[in-house]
Amino acid sequence: MLRFLATIGAVFLGFLAATGRLAVFAGMTLATAFTPPFYLRAILREMVNIGYFSLPVVGLTAIFTGMVLALQSYTGFSRFAAEGAVATVVVLSVTRELGPVITGLMVAGRVGAAMAAEIGTMRVTDQIDALTTLSTDPLRYLVLPRLVAGLITLPMLVLVADIIGVFGGYLVGVYRLGFNPEAYLNRTHQYLETTDVVSGLVKAAVFGFIVALMGCYHGYYSRGGAQGVGRATTYAVVSASVMILMFNYVITAAFFGH
Amino acid sequence: MASGDQGRFLMTAAAIPKISVRGLRKSFGRKRVLDGLDIDCANGESLVIIGGSGTGKSVLVKCILGLLHPEAGSIRIDGVETVGLRRTAREHLLQKFGMLFQGSALFDSLSVWENVAFGLVQGRGMERQAAQEIALAKLAAVGLGPEVGELRPAELSGGMQKRVALARAIAAEPEIIFFDEPTTGLDPIMADVINTLIIKFVREVGVTAVSITHDMVSACKIADRIAMLHQGRIVWHGPTAEIDHSGNPFVDQFINGRADGPIKMEIRAA
Repeated sequence: MLRFLATIGAVFLGFLAATGRLAVFAGMTLATAFTPPFYLRAILREMVNIGYFSLPVVGLTAIFTGMVLALQSYTGFSRFAAEGAVATVVVLSVTRELGPVITGLMVAGRVGAAMAAEIGTMRVTDQIDALTTLSTDPLRYLVLPRLVAGLITLPMLVLVADIIGVFGGYLVGVYRLGFNPEAYLNRTHQYLETTDVVSGLVKAAVFGFIVALMGCYHGYYSRGGAQGVGRATTYAVVSASVMILMFNYVITAAFFGH
Repeated sequence: MASGDQGRFLMTAAAIPKISVRGLRKSFGRKRVLDGLDIDCANGESLVIIGGSGTGKSVLVKCILGLLHPEAGSIRIDGVETVGLRRTAREHLLQKFGMLFQGSALFDSLSVWENVAFGLVQGRGMERQAAQEIALAKLAAVGLGPEVGELRPAELSGGMQKRVALARAIAAEPEIIFFDEPTTGLDPIMADVINTLIIKFVREVGVTAVSITHDMVSACKIADRIAMLHQGRIVWHGPTAEIDHSGNPFVDQFINGRADGPIKMEIRAA
């Protein structure tokens, strides 16, 4: 019994220690944002990497999500003659929830993993130590540009995903379910409020920060050669995905909880 | 300044070692790697530290560079304590150092010349054009032509990568250069090329060099003085010429490569 309790205690203490390390890592990185040098070129490069190169995967995911949502809403709502709400459900679901969450998860898989692998490889091949010996702070040079790029780029990406997702719903609504195009569009923006879009963009910024932070953190502290880098990549994706879903609830509660 | 005072100042300055390490301790978990290590390195001296795998040679260098934090002890550079330096002061201090890593540690996202110029551009804020000229000159100094500058590190052989890493280490003209296993993994001819380059920079430029190696041929060629590290302490040090008759059983076993002797190989790494 005591051994069982000790195991639970050790796991809990490990969790607290990891949370503390993550907070210190994020704090030390953000502290470098207030003093020069600033690596603007690195930020732009990461923005292109996170945003532009994620467009195909995010676009495809968003359009199919919007299409499925329209189809599922229609089949569900038709049971109590509420088919007219399909367009509203699609636009609210996409802007408030599915756009940011699906985009965040896709970017976690594509970009978070790549960040962990790249920085992890730099760690195990002494490239991060080499940066330090060349009077360059690795947190400032490697991590901060990725955090800033994640923070800025995800909202842009989510805006695109929102438009494509709503368009997917429109395609199914008009060409498969036979809605009048004008009526569908009217319904789409009739109940849409600024808060719906803004809450999604705030979520996107937080998710972008989380994806970059987890990718950089696990890469930065990876150990043990190729196996360690592989482990860091897995941890980066899993932890970012879990945190995205957790923070999704927290932000939703903050915006719409009352 | 009176002549007597000046004479005393010069004597004092001359007596201060470039690097002075006292009572250095560093552990990883329950494994104590450095256990009260003491060593000095004079200005312009080439010191080679030898010792078996996992004895803490790289850990010692990383502690001096500030990449690892020792639990106890003192590390003085030019007489100034460096343990516990804050980040800005550490970055300033690091401008005195150059480092050649065992695996070269070139940045594979950058071209060769950008690697060599990295410390100048990012560390010292030099213009890219001026830094590129210096980088190409340093590449020439290690026997590589300007056409190599445009290649990526992955396109180079191991020996060429080592030379590029050496060019990067000397690019900012540091006062102290650390060489971590500079000839490991190279064929004997390329190893000799690297050794010759190290001697050239140490002798001609007058930098202080600290090298760590298992390679006794390399050690005897590049060292003014050799120190042997075992179980976290320096067990012998002396001029290179004396190593063959040091009278120290650890040194004798190590330089003759004998399995039998006071050094017992540990199976687990630190």
